[in-house]
Amino acid sequence: MQIELIYILILAGFVGFEIIKKVTPTLHTPLMSATNAISGISLVGSLVAAGVAEGGVNSTISHILGFVAVTAATINVVGGFMITERMLKMFKKKEKKS
Amino acid sequence: MNYYMEFVYIISSILFIMGLKGLSHPESARRGMHYAEVGMFLAVVGTLVSGKIVTWEWIITGIVVGSAVGAAMAIFMPMTAMPQRIALSHAFGALAAVLVGINEFIEKGHLGELNSGLMGALGFEVLFGALTVTGSLMAFGKLNEMIKGQPITYKGQNIVNISLFVVTVGLFVYLIFFPYEPVIFYTMIGLSLLIGVFIVLPIGGADMPVVISLMNSYAGLAAAATGFAIDNKVLIIAGSLDGSSGFILSIIMSKAMNRSFANVLFGAVGSPQVDTSNLAEARPITRFGIEDTKFVLEQAERVVVVPGYGMAVAQAQHTVRELSDELEKRGIKVEFAIHPVAGRMPGHMNVLLAEANVSYDQLLEMEAINPTMDTVDVCIVIGANDVVNPAARTEKSSPIYGMPIINVDKAKTVIVMKRSMATGFAGIENPLFYEPNTKMLFGDAKKVLQELVTEFKKV
Repeated sequence: MQIELIYILILAGFVGFEIIKKVTPTLHTPLMSATNAISGISLVGSLVAAGVAEGGVNSTISHILGFVAVTAATINVVGGFMITERMLKMFKKKEKKS
Repeated sequence: MNYYMEFVYIISSILFIMGLKGLSHPESARRGMHYAEVGMFLAVVGTLVSGKIVTWEWIITGIVVGSAVGAAMAIFMPMTAMPQRIALSHAFGALAAVLVGINEFIEKGHLGELNSGLMGALGFEVLFGALTVTGSLMAFGKLNEMIKGQPITYKGQNIVNISLFVVTVGLFVYLIFFPYEPVIFYTMIGLSLLIGVFIVLPIGGADMPVVISLMNSYAGLAAAATGFAIDNKVLIIAGSLDGSSGFILSIIMSKAMNRSFANVLFGAVGSPQVDTSNLAEARPITRFGIEDTKFVLEQAERVVVVPGYGMAVAQAQHTVRELSDELEKRGIKVEFAIHPVAGRMPGHMNVLLAEANVSYDQLLEMEAINPTMDTVDVCIVIGANDVVNPAARTEKSSPIYGMPIINVDKAKTVIVMKRSMATGFAGIENPLFYEPNTKMLFGDAKKVLQELVTEFKKV
């Protein structure tokens, strides 16, 4: 493990803190579903597990674990973004009637 | 190192950050989400064509099944079920992290590449992941009313939880020094799953916003730890963003309840013993009917609606909006005051009201509305109780003393819509109901509002 990863963690944490502090409370639910979709990025790790070559010693285990992980992460990515969009679409400003 | 891959991941990370930045305002939020979606697409496609992928059938099946389930949930799940959905999605995200962690343990263990550093990352990954899986499922069960929503407590609960926690951390420390111990590794995961169950058992419905925020944070931390374990920087960045989001929300929620994290997690609200018998006996309440309410509302210039979980239960958001339309037609200014912990998750009321087409600039935060509360003519409280309880300001003996509330009692008239005189979640008597300017309008919120709207439409 390299020390640079710790730098990234700390700096990303600060960036996240500053950005999310500014999120309007009205959008706190979409924020949760959006960050959820984004953290579905573990899909990337799952893909590598599910996609190892066949015939290796542990390839069957990797395929099964990877498959379930890919499914779970995809549910989050696809479902998370879709539901965030669905929610955000509802937040409208009414045209003020004169 | 694969530079092309790193480059794609950098672009994705930037797009994720820009995406969340968009959420600072409803105007820019959707554009922001498009950035984040493009970022995700790039990261996934980039990984698929990176050359690391050899076998395709498992991936394709997983993506097809996952997309179908995810899309179906997103399209068909009603907005009122949003807290459950959010809880469930934390479980899915964490599950993916745990499984990737187990796979990494098996793989690297076989290759003889398990060192202390890697084990540290894997340990965090599976610990946070596993307790988030079961914790979120428990929260899901409680929100979906498959499990009793009341806190489930028993004697010695905290001792059991703390010992479980200590043992699990002990195993983790052991593994860092002696990583090649599958039995210990899996035992640790098992214990962590148990912790998730036990930690949510004693937490009641009204504390759900904190739990959901915490789980959001843990799911993010699990993803970040995955990034350390498989040396993937975009995972670390996305995980940290998720982690800090959950962390900030947890802080906001805890503050809004005037409680510490530890208090929420370890101090299940039992049955606070407050002597309020004198209140109930000595002071009568004033009942209001539909016509009285209509009369008072017609005289008003500024009306503020304070929604609570009761509005969600009665599914009254659409009827509330109809009433607000009727009032606005008569030139009355209508606003909605939303307490941070109203409902079962952060932003719960806002989403429901937005669904009912309430304009987002009518949704005001507690801090924005409180200073002007004394200029409000009528305040309508719909299914909210503890968040408008003035005892939080005045009564030192009250269990919610110190909790910030919406000061509805300062409005000229308060109309409280409630099914009965039953106390709120915490079982705390609410002196608001006995104030001379408070009028009680009993009945199912939706039905009462419907009658009120009909009455207005008659004219």
